[in-house]
Amino acid sequence: MSVMQANLVKTTAPAQRLSGGRMLMIGAAVVIAVAMLPLVLSTYQIGLATEILIFGILAMSIDILAGFAGRTSLGHGAIFGTSTYVVVYTVSVVGLSPALGLLLGVLAATGVAAIFALLAVRTSGVYFLLLTLALGMIVWGICLRWTPVTGGENGLRGDVRSGILLEPRIFFWMVLAIVAVLSFAIWRFVRSPFGLTLRGIRDSESRMRSLGYNVPLHLFIGFLVSGFFAGIAGGIYAFFNNFVSPSTVALTQSVEGLLMMIVGGVGTLFGSFVGATAIIILENIVSSYTERWQSVLGLAFIVVMIFAPEGIVGKVRAFLDRGRKSKA
Amino acid sequence: MDRRAFLQTSSLSLAAIGVGLSPWSRSAAQGAPIKIGLMAPLTGVVASGGREMVEGTQFFLEQNKNQIAGRKVELIIEDDGSNPDVSLQKARRLVEQSNVHFLIGDLLANTGLAVSNYVKGTGTPYFIPIIAVDDLTQRQRIKNVIRVAGYSASAFTHPLGDWALKQGYKRFVTISQDYSFGHEQCGGFVQTFTEGGGEIVQQFWHPLNTSDFSPYLGQIADMKVDAVFAMETGADATRFIRQYADFGLKRKFPLIGAMNTTDQAVIRTLGAECEGIISPAHFAEGSDNPVTQKFVKEYNEKYKKMPSLYGFSMYSGIMWIAQALEKIGGKVEDRDAFIDSVMKTELTNSPLGKSVKLDSYGNPIYDVYIRKVVKGPGGKFWNVPTETYPSVSQFWKYDPETYLKQPTYSRDFQGIKKKG
Amino acid sequence: MSLFQLLNGLTFAALLFVVASGFTLIFGLLWIVNLAHGALYLFGGYVGYTIAAQSGSFVVAAFGAIAAVVALGFVLDQGLLRFVRGFVLREVLLTLGVAFVLNDIALVIWGGDSFTVPIPEVLTGGINVFGVYYPKYRLFVLLTGIVIFIALWLLLHRTRLGALIRAGVDDAEMVEASGINIRRVFLATFLLGSALAGFGGLLGGAFLSLYPSADSEILVFSLAVVVIGGQGSLVGAAVGSLLVALLNTFGQVMFPEIAYFVIFGPMAVLLAFRPLGLFGKAA
Repeated sequence: MSVMQANLVKTTAPAQRLSGGRMLMIGAAVVIAVAMLPLVLSTYQIGLATEILIFGILAMSIDILAGFAGRTSLGHGAIFGTSTYVVVYTVSVVGLSPALGLLLGVLAATGVAAIFALLAVRTSGVYFLLLTLALGMIVWGICLRWTPVTGGENGLRGDVRSGILLEPRIFFWMVLAIVAVLSFAIWRFVRSPFGLTLRGIRDSESRMRSLGYNVPLHLFIGFLVSGFFAGIAGGIYAFFNNFVSPSTVALTQSVEGLLMMIVGGVGTLFGSFVGATAIIILENIVSSYTERWQSVLGLAFIVVMIFAPEGIVGKVRAFLDRGRKSKA
Repeated sequence: MDRRAFLQTSSLSLAAIGVGLSPWSRSAAQGAPIKIGLMAPLTGVVASGGREMVEGTQFFLEQNKNQIAGRKVELIIEDDGSNPDVSLQKARRLVEQSNVHFLIGDLLANTGLAVSNYVKGTGTPYFIPIIAVDDLTQRQRIKNVIRVAGYSASAFTHPLGDWALKQGYKRFVTISQDYSFGHEQCGGFVQTFTEGGGEIVQQFWHPLNTSDFSPYLGQIADMKVDAVFAMETGADATRFIRQYADFGLKRKFPLIGAMNTTDQAVIRTLGAECEGIISPAHFAEGSDNPVTQKFVKEYNEKYKKMPSLYGFSMYSGIMWIAQALEKIGGKVEDRDAFIDSVMKTELTNSPLGKSVKLDSYGNPIYDVYIRKVVKGPGGKFWNVPTETYPSVSQFWKYDPETYLKQPTYSRDFQGIKKKG
Repeated sequence: MSLFQLLNGLTFAALLFVVASGFTLIFGLLWIVNLAHGALYLFGGYVGYTIAAQSGSFVVAAFGAIAAVVALGFVLDQGLLRFVRGFVLREVLLTLGVAFVLNDIALVIWGGDSFTVPIPEVLTGGINVFGVYYPKYRLFVLLTGIVIFIALWLLLHRTRLGALIRAGVDDAEMVEASGINIRRVFLATFLLGSALAGFGGLLGGAFLSLYPSADSEILVFSLAVVVIGGQGSLVGAAVGSLLVALLNTFGQVMFPEIAYFVIFGPMAVLLAFRPLGLFGKAA
């Protein structure tokens, strides 16, 4: 395997392009601009924008592991959907408040991530991919067959979203606020010493080990953090749809999240939102004209893997870096 | 054909018709079009059924010059992907962006339940000719969700249990797909059969998309039963019937199926192995009723195949809506009047050949045929009625209020009457 | 454990072996988890069905199915995978994209109906096997599986190509360093794997039928076989097929609602603790 490149992209350490302060200002400006959207978009389009935010967080959570720890997962859809199930179940069947339901959902998702992590932490590359795929399938199986609790094929429906949140614009702003906070948290996390350790593991596990780092423990915690964020996204999705079914935890969910992350750019974090926007808007446009969305999705995978495995933001960064280097 | 092509050709044909319209109907035709949101699984596991749903709907509209109650029709088709998340997204798009007047369609129970939950909030009328989940017209009724031309799963199997007893069958084994549609169809049969003194020796439940039935067939081969009841749909039905014959069980036990098991969508690709299977349904393409025969013949000419459940249910469904709208002058915007009219309209002249009306729960009352698969014209197999149970409601002979007190059929509750 | 159920398990194992053997060779030698393998199976089945239905000959259909899928495999390897050589994850995700496209194209060409490949007259019906009435065709599949195992074993252990494949599975760099054009060996292996998938589609299409999700189902089974048996090992594929098929068959009898998922448990456990599987060798 030594000749084989185990990661998606050979991510080199980024030169400090922008200072933390600059990044924050740009981030705040973006959030404000996005907050203006509901004033110009139709109800349906606001719904789409909300979905982009939710799946952007899912894709970002996958990026924490893929871009920063070098572990590409095909099981995050299951973690995401577990939270959705718990939220809908606790609110509609047990009768808890939505806020409490959301909390339990996130806890459940993190728990599932912990179980995945315990098993997967010693593997990497293709094996990690297959293992997370298999574990995700087991979660799907449970959701599909444990009918008394999960509703089986039919899923669960509930009135999770209520009150003023039923108004699409208000819901969008609430989700935007949560997403802004989460993005900030993830950003700080990957720049923290812990995050840097993860990057070290991604670049050379053996080196980190010889330096005395407890690699499995770091990966385990990284996975937990990643699962935590996927769980929040999944919980919000329950509010968005008021419905959950096995397709929410299915492999396709993991695959779409992965594609969004890749299209945006592995290791770029915010590229996930770019990827989510691209995929969701593309899907909407394509499905108005033809039923061949699946072919388009497949082609997207092929094209991105051949021409732009570093994603849109990755390509932009590379372009800017070259420009900067030529100036230097 | 895709949606764009359909809209283009329909607007062209409409322009041509507009020129020839007589003066007193011109004003009506110039009203804003009726926008219909048709959702069907065009991709995914049940894609072939979805295709036929679209064909059935388009067939009706074509025969009626793309008009309902004097107004032009704009049919917007969306693929629900055989997936509830996608169907929700498409429902939102149809209602919020395309501003359709009503939704119709969907095939899989979970897509129907998801969309029903959504329209509960928006009040959009949603018609489900195919979705058969019992509870949508029973314990979890939503006012604007109506099963025009559809059926609730257990409705046809109730009389089947009675029929089985009349044949002298005493012991049955059932095999069914393990989800609500299967539970409900089996439950209907099991309840009436056991209440009449019959015995269910064992019930097999298998996951959807079981490719290999040999483990179950092996066990059935060793049983002492009079007949086998199988509830299968789509690819599972095709495989089951084939393998049933392959393993020699066809010669051993008569096979009784649910309606979907012998639907045209299944038997049109089969040979002698499907001959003789009995099933209960409101529609039999081999019926000698002249209206039915005309419909089957015309459908066959157009689509080169005999209509399946998906085709004729959508056709009858949109026909029902059209008849209801005619009664209120095409005012589809007045939701309450519209829904009220649908509930009160009796469907006449449909491919069923008999008139049909809805019960107070939004579910139709039908004459149920006990059909048999035989070789028809051209060597193809079709279902021919052998006996009829008139005016069967979703509650069979039970009092609705008492019936609704028992839980919905599931794996655990099959309505089995214990002996002694 | 009745003879009937045992035969069911063995015949399914034979089919799985035909498909998974190709998969394991590609994974073992090229380190590509070809997620389009299931789609190749489905395409082979559909093409074989069309040829068999038109020509009435199962044999002609077999040649046709194999030829079509080998062509697809060639395009996939030379036309697409060559751009991502050396990047394992990119290769895997690219094949996933191909699987999506092939599956959708198949839906367009053949529609969503379920098809069963017609079998020759001589194989219809059943015969008595130690007191059990069993379909002849399934026994034929079992026999075919055994024959292919022997043929592949002879190929791997008695021919030069086979020796190169085995050496490549052990250490591809060394083989290349010793002057062999490893690219050609890779291509030959990929085409062989594709041929097996396509033939498997025809074979399976006759008793399990072909429908839009058959590709992902057989892919998942193949993954389980290869993970449990060990990548790159023919014996591993055989043992893995037996285990997975028997687990599946008896699972369906004893706990049908979770039968399909019973294979993911062992698969996950093996990936976590012994990723090389039962018979795989360390690189």
